[in-house]
Amino acid sequence: MTLLCLNDVSKIFGGLIAINDLSFNVEEGSIVGLIGPNGAGKTTVFNCITGNYTPETGSIFFDSKPIAGLPPHRIVELGIARTFQTIRLFGRLPVLENVLAGRHCRMKAGILSCMLHTAPQRREEREAVARCMEELRFVGLADNYSEPAGGLSYGNQRLLEIARALASDPRLIILDEPAGGMNDQETAALVDTIRHIRNRGITVLLIEHDMRLVMKICEKLIVLEHGAMIAQGKPEDVRRNPDVIEAYLGADDAQW
Amino acid sequence: MKLQDLRTPISVGLAIVLLVLPLVCNAYWLDVCVSIGLYALLALSLNVILGQAGIFHMGHAAFFAVGAYTTAVLNTLYHWPVLWTMPLAGVAAALFAMAVARPIIHLRGDYLLIVTIGIVEIVRIALLNDVAGLTGGSNGIFGIARPTLFGFRISKGVQFYYLVWCMVGVSLLLFRCLWQSRFGRALNYIKEDDIAAEGCGVNVTRYKLAAFVLGAFWAGMAGTVYAAKMTTIAPESFNFMESVIIFAVVILSGGSQLGVLISAFLFIGLPELLREFHDARMLIFGFAMMAMMVWRPQGLLPPLRRRYRVAENSSSQGVSPKDVWNDSAVSE
Repeated sequence: MTLLCLNDVSKIFGGLIAINDLSFNVEEGSIVGLIGPNGAGKTTVFNCITGNYTPETGSIFFDSKPIAGLPPHRIVELGIARTFQTIRLFGRLPVLENVLAGRHCRMKAGILSCMLHTAPQRREEREAVARCMEELRFVGLADNYSEPAGGLSYGNQRLLEIARALASDPRLIILDEPAGGMNDQETAALVDTIRHIRNRGITVLLIEHDMRLVMKICEKLIVLEHGAMIAQGKPEDVRRNPDVIEAYLGADDAQW
Repeated sequence: MKLQDLRTPISVGLAIVLLVLPLVCNAYWLDVCVSIGLYALLALSLNVILGQAGIFHMGHAAFFAVGAYTTAVLNTLYHWPVLWTMPLAGVAAALFAMAVARPIIHLRGDYLLIVTIGIVEIVRIALLNDVAGLTGGSNGIFGIARPTLFGFRISKGVQFYYLVWCMVGVSLLLFRCLWQSRFGRALNYIKEDDIAAEGCGVNVTRYKLAAFVLGAFWAGMAGTVYAAKMTTIAPESFNFMESVIIFAVVILSGGSQLGVLISAFLFIGLPELLREFHDARMLIFGFAMMAMMVWRPQGLLPPLRRRYRVAENSSSQGVSPKDVWNDSAVSE
């Protein structure tokens, strides 16, 4: 079943066409990679899906519902969670509260029950803390729950962003360069984590520059260049595609 | 010894001093303490907006004014008992806040600050011009009745003292609960990084607006007490300088509620203590503020971290539930 569907999506900044009539589908339960040279528009695509940008043309469907133009918090509520390319944690707040931020949209307590700490509010709070600790265990940061998030290592901060995204019960998780700044060992652990996320029934869409990681875990690749798709398919097919080879090696050709 | 470690003794000491103060001090100082209580009430409500959510709002006197004038009009024209007007004064201020904040809530930092300064001026000038023939122009409204509570008439300084400080006490408790909840955390996320907060599923606009409306509601209720205490209100009591003082109390406090109380005492009490220096007193006060900002740029008492009970039984250590934070007992 198709979970996410982009239809002729374009995004224009001033005179620059960042994405040009892009269409692709993401099947439920798959791990899909979005790759391409720097400046190809990958993060812009993510920002359109997550509501940070509104595309000029085209439509985006999530679970058959149109989502283009909705505010980001609504899209999280519908079941799309994300991590950021440049880590955006609440650095001065403890690790656990960062994960609780992801849980926020699944909690219901209103302003009055928060002020009075009513019984349902306290129960909800207890459940949220327990659930967020589970997510921290899932990414292996449970022992750090009381530390300020800004004090974690770079790799652990990326894992914390994943935990925060998972806490919102997403059906689709969007990872923007999850392995950025990680060493080989951390990257290997990340591969396992991403597989475990999929095994929980969550669809994964990721941008990544580490080609070994992409080839290892993605079942489908979408290749962007200058905001347009130049290839899509299984990793082994995409790797042999002449257009893709040219897009990635084009710069070297120019030197000859 | 750090100031943070002294929280519990400071809170207990402050509570005791506040309880016995009317027994030892004269009418003049009691009056000063009522005034401090009112500023504390206003600053606690601004702390939700400025301290917790990080929204630079320098127009709190406008909401205070709306509350005070609502009470004054309802009491003098329609003869409502003063304390009955309190919820309505809160609601009027909250509605006013919703109307003026909605179009400007997306503005950031300094831009919002400038607009909120404009709001105070608009309100003051509107009151001066006798809005709808109700506000009495520059003379204001006089002859506001004394409040009665269960048939007991509140008119003496000491009675107002307990009324105001009881309200401060209740506000402390309610705002503390609010801080230790989903709502309080959401405001902190917005303060830290509003784009990340929105990206995590927090409805940033809604929460910013809610902080504004809640703060205004409280300021409106403080306005009722003020109107009842003074029996006469005029536009000049709600000028820009009042907003600045409330703002400065919150900034100096560092963001914790205990900090707000201490800061209100310093801001309102210190100039009174310095009266014997006559003309030099505001100079001394100004230097004290400057020294403070150099010595403690983070403010008097930044908020503690929240405490969570975390069950670690499913982790490998198998430790029984323990407190997350090793800080001393939370007094804030």
